[in-house]
Amino acid sequence: MLIDFFLHLKAKKLPVSTREFLTLLEALKEHVAENSIDDFYFLARTCLVKDETHYDKFDQAFGEYFKGVTQIPGLDADIPEEWLKMMMKKHLTPEEKAKLEKLGWDKLMEEFKKRLAEQKERHAGGSKWIGTGGSSPFGHGGYHPEGIRIGGESTGNRTAIKVWENREYRNLDDTVELGTRNIKIALRRLRRFAREGAEDELDMDGTIAGTARNAGWLDIKMRPERHNKVKVLLFLDIGGSMDDHIKVCEELFSAAKSEFKHLEYFYFHNCIYDYVWKDNRRRHGERFPLWDVMHKYGEDYKVVVVGDATMSPYEILQPGGSVEYSNEEAGAVWLQRMLDTWPRAVWLNPEPERLWDYRHSIELIRTIFNSRMFPLTLAGLERAMRELNK
Amino acid sequence: MRFEGTDTYVATPDLMLAVNAAITLQRPLLIKGEPGTGKTMLAEEVAGALGVPLLQWHIKSTTKAQQGLYEYDAVSRLRDSQLGDEKVKDISNYIVKGVLWQAFEQGKPSVILIDEVDKADIEFPNDLLRELDRMEFHVYETRQTVRAAVRPIVIITSNNEKELPDAFLRRCFFHYIKFPDKDTMGRIVDVHFPNLKKDLLREAMEVFFELREVPGMKKKPSTSELIDWLKLLVAEDIPPEALRSKDRKTVVPPLAGALLKNEQDVHLFERLVFMAKHNR
Ligand SMILES: Nc1ncnc2c1ncn2[C@@H]1O[C@H](COP(=O)(O)OP(=O)(O)OP(=O)(O)O)[C@@H](O)[C@H]1O
Ligand SMILES: [Mg+2]
Repeated sequence: MLIDFFLHLKAKKLPVSTREFLTLLEALKEHVAENSIDDFYFLARTCLVKDETHYDKFDQAFGEYFKGVTQIPGLDADIPEEWLKMMMKKHLTPEEKAKLEKLGWDKLMEEFKKRLAEQKERHAGGSKWIGTGGSSPFGHGGYHPEGIRIGGESTGNRTAIKVWENREYRNLDDTVELGTRNIKIALRRLRRFAREGAEDELDMDGTIAGTARNAGWLDIKMRPERHNKVKVLLFLDIGGSMDDHIKVCEELFSAAKSEFKHLEYFYFHNCIYDYVWKDNRRRHGERFPLWDVMHKYGEDYKVVVVGDATMSPYEILQPGGSVEYSNEEAGAVWLQRMLDTWPRAVWLNPEPERLWDYRHSIELIRTIFNSRMFPLTLAGLERAMRELNK
Repeated sequence: MRFEGTDTYVATPDLMLAVNAAITLQRPLLIKGEPGTGKTMLAEEVAGALGVPLLQWHIKSTTKAQQGLYEYDAVSRLRDSQLGDEKVKDISNYIVKGVLWQAFEQGKPSVILIDEVDKADIEFPNDLLRELDRMEFHVYETRQTVRAAVRPIVIITSNNEKELPDAFLRRCFFHYIKFPDKDTMGRIVDVHFPNLKKDLLREAMEVFFELREVPGMKKKPSTSELIDWLKLLVAEDIPPEALRSKDRKTVVPPLAGALLKNEQDVHLFERLVFMAKHNR
């Protein structure tokens, strides 16, 4: 029966391993938990779940398996359409989205409903099992839909809309840590070691040479430890179609912030023009002319642009093509200027690589960047870091 | 050996169970939770309750795994050899024992606290896998193997600054200390101030939990701030009425500096109070 429980957790996408399951069995054998189901619940959790963000999911799976109190709400529940739209975006693969984009909303909804029906169970990710004040998870059980965030999001056809009004984008949160570990390891490829600061490491070669010169009398040489001195400049596309990629961008940003001592970043929207900004809440007041940025952060900076490069080609090729204001010079001109300053700059694109060929704007930017565009995946990141190290 | 909480530390049943699992199965226990929720204190209390020594290893960004085992002080040895010191002949004079070694050679149970493991480099936990698994390591300089006769209880805390490697996590029990609910908090306060007046406690707790709800706080006040604040309230003999106000949102509570330590939070809070006053 416990094996079934274990498989059930796995089926619910909890990252449990056999080793941890064996630990649970061992703990039961040693009578760490008494016979109460409460104890068993706590024990299973401490053995199997290693991340508090999975507690909810675990509670839910546990409740289901041990005949939790209620059922998963069916599709007949009253779900606001806006929310369905959001869920749809989560459940469809990018290819499917691209394919369906042309079909229109009604068709899309139909398709999505079918999909939801197939995936009733997974869909229940939106409900969680509530305990009573944490004392017993079995108190008043019940499911409720969670995460219904409505409004604010324009699900429609973003690419063509000319947005004149001031939109508010939120700043990327650099405290997000989920999944950043792997990103950090990939970022470590980017390094330029230098010795600076306090002399706290024995310089073995220096000491030997010094001692020899000293006729055998010890001449200890100390030196500062090696540190990664690489300087990184990030440009982050924010808002609009990038909202779909906010999580991976936050992870990257967060990882980069902790990995690189010398990190500078600026935001832009869709394409880079004559100015960028640092705070999305004050971006209309606090602008940084790109000319200044190029002068201030010289060639020794490694430049990484993060963006989906998904826009109307006008936004790259035409003066005045920006969706936000009337730019005097075309985006392509500014991109070229950037590359004149930082010839090795790379572009990271969160859109899947296989879709790049279908988007004219991606093709354009990729050409400007001399093919130094990489997908925002671990593998892509590694390729990009290797390129920057050249 | 079983841990049941102590007179000075309130442990919820799930926390106790996690600690006892770690004690019984002799595997490390990883503790996470908001700052000030008693992670570090837990190790001290477990050691105290079981009556065994506590060996503490506080991790910094520069800490290396090897330092927990031992370090070879080659520089001192070189110097001594120049001075013709007799000590120099025995390399073991220059082996400095780390926290794990000290625990391993106790010959009886002990508690090792590895505090704030997330401060170190991301490879740090991986570098300790084998040592924590087998509770032994090899000293190359003296060709000896140090092995724990009795496996120590290992408690590791993390503030979530870095993600920990999966291989490491799989070997640990894990417990996330949920921020105490009002009930638990009442018991914690009781441990620190057994004679606190009931009405002062009630008012203070309401102020405290309301303050935690203020949106946009950079650092929410935690258990330790509440304790500090109560200490001041008692010392200054602040009456409960001073904490009560018809609309609590329109006054800054007395001695609020003990609760809000971040200057930006103080400003934010004052601004909110100011706005609430004007909107009345
Ligand atoms: N469960 C508890 N019982 C009694 N006192 C507690 C409890 N939790 C917290 N405290 C009080 O809060 C103080 C802070 O606890 P501690 O330093 O262990 O927190 P921490 O979780 O290690 O915080 P940090 O993440 O900042 O290191 C303790 O000294 C104690 O006064
Ligand atoms: Mg601590």
